[in-house]
Amino acid sequence: MDCVVTGGNVKVLAKAIHSLSRIGDELYVEPQEDGLALRSVNSSRSAYACFLFAPLFFSRYTISSGHAFRCKMAIKSVQAVFRSLATLEKTVEKCHIELDEQKNRLTFTLHCKHGLMKTHNLSFQDSESLQAVFDKDSYGNAFRSHPRLLVDTVVHFPPSLDEVTVSVSDDRMWFRNHVEEEADQSKAMLTELCLASDEFDHFAVQVHNSITFCLKELRGLLVFAESTGLPISMYFDEPGSPVVLSVTDSVLEGNFVLATLSDDPNHRKNNTRRARTPPPPPDDFMNDDIDSYLIAMDTSIAPGPSATGPPTPPLADSICSKQAAAANHRTRLHSEEEEEDDETVDSSRPPNKKFCSLFFGSVFPPSSQMTTQPVTSQEVLASDSEDDVE
Amino acid sequence: MSRRVFRGQKKAEIFQEFTIKEDSVGFQVNLTVLLDCLNIFGGSTAPGVSTALRMCYKGYGHPLTLFLEEGGVVTVCKINTQEPEEPVDFDFCSTNVTNKVILQSESLKEAFSELDMTSEVLQITMSPSQPYFRLSTFGNSGNAHYDYPKDSDMMELFRCTKTQTNRYKMSLLKPSTKALALSCKVSVRTDSRGFLSLQYLVRNDDGQICFVEYFCCPDEDVEEE
Repeated sequence: MDCVVTGGNVKVLAKAIHSLSRIGDELYVEPQEDGLALRSVNSSRSAYACFLFAPLFFSRYTISSGHAFRCKMAIKSVQAVFRSLATLEKTVEKCHIELDEQKNRLTFTLHCKHGLMKTHNLSFQDSESLQAVFDKDSYGNAFRSHPRLLVDTVVHFPPSLDEVTVSVSDDRMWFRNHVEEEADQSKAMLTELCLASDEFDHFAVQVHNSITFCLKELRGLLVFAESTGLPISMYFDEPGSPVVLSVTDSVLEGNFVLATLSDDPNHRKNNTRRARTPPPPPDDFMNDDIDSYLIAMDTSIAPGPSATGPPTPPLADSICSKQAAAANHRTRLHSEEEEEDDETVDSSRPPNKKFCSLFFGSVFPPSSQMTTQPVTSQEVLASDSEDDVE
Repeated sequence: MSRRVFRGQKKAEIFQEFTIKEDSVGFQVNLTVLLDCLNIFGGSTAPGVSTALRMCYKGYGHPLTLFLEEGGVVTVCKINTQEPEEPVDFDFCSTNVTNKVILQSESLKEAFSELDMTSEVLQITMSPSQPYFRLSTFGNSGNAHYDYPKDSDMMELFRCTKTQTNRYKMSLLKPSTKALALSCKVSVRTDSRGFLSLQYLVRNDDGQICFVEYFCCPDEDVEEE
């Protein structure tokens, strides 16, 4: 990979990286035909973000034909390259990003004023694909506004606030801080803001829903959007289904996908995805290297709750597009039997509100005691897999 | 052995009055105590208000007396003096200098503020050919290089005779950034042994110039990359 970013776009790239750092600790880099993809995911797999920079964003964009390359590195290291945004704007003329596959190094060279050249050789690790599959156009509720609207709304909530609840009616949107039921109601402070539909550039509501998601993870996108002036689009459906926030212009697209709290087990849409999960190396059942797994997200719309038992989710039809090339494929089948297994697991969970993991394939043990913590689905532990399907 | 020496030189002209009765006078005081006394009226002053200082030393065995006055309030500080220690002498003399550059501090300030602090050393390369003047770090995430070409307009003087690469412990160089922040120009010199001399030109509010000089010996423990 060999690409060059010039002028003001260097700062845009830097801002995107800084906003991805609000999501996770690692930056996944994947040069693709349609542009450079930079992604991040949080440790509990309940927040995912991706920026795709089209080839036109760059003054030069060359990728190696042939094998697909992807890697990940500590996001702090990349942030160090673009540490001071003010300095970037004043002094950096262009940024050259070059891959040295032999030495496993990604080189960022900043050409600055006065002839000064800053070269950063960063080491990376190979990684599996990190790609959430979602179809925001299929969501019932869609909105678009100038970032200022959301920034001005969010500023009323304290930085420490974890979760916010967004509710919509035909012509209004409410933002409310989410307070735990167990919390002492007399000491809790409730803040609620109401936005009218005419404050938005686009306001389309199909279902009057109320979703709760993590505000902290969103702030990164808000900072990015505000500084670039790009309108923010927001898409969501029922609680439990992820909320997607995007910014788009002709040369870049950023998507932040955040899990939402689901109300109760009967309403809960089963968000487990059928992923083709290659097994981890045989001795390593508790290998928590998430990159052994492919990640996919199912956003299919489930029918209403069934009174008799846990809902049977429809089969997932969208799968992460790339297979781990070297993996020993023992794919999970899209079968009813498996889903019943999942149901069993699901109903054994305490019937509390919890975030559903966006991703299938995490081996992190669920933090089941904390109801508002995102809980990873448990199905994919290697040992279970071994027992189930052969 | 890695040591460093920080030397500030204030020429007589900086003082409004400077009287000395012997050829040279030497004593030692605790630096922290001296700083606390000089700042006795608080760190920052309101505009239009200035602090006046008078320093007196009667001679061997007597304390260093500071009279500080601000806004009509006078404070007297007496600091006990000690036997002066032999100053560390790196024996850095101009005749041994192999490489010398003078840079405008602005660009160096930027570089130092961005240095990867996970690197234990700062490597300085000076050469008559590419990369001319390079600062390198080797940290957790990889290495980084800051290159200043010899024809940069930040480069006021470039006199390098021989390619030299030396490493200095980052912890030893870190204190020098304070002087860098105050300075407008800095001269970087290395001698044949790889000893580093940094001279910072500081211009104070009246336009008076003074120098802060800094010496550091190279880190011998590490193999060069």
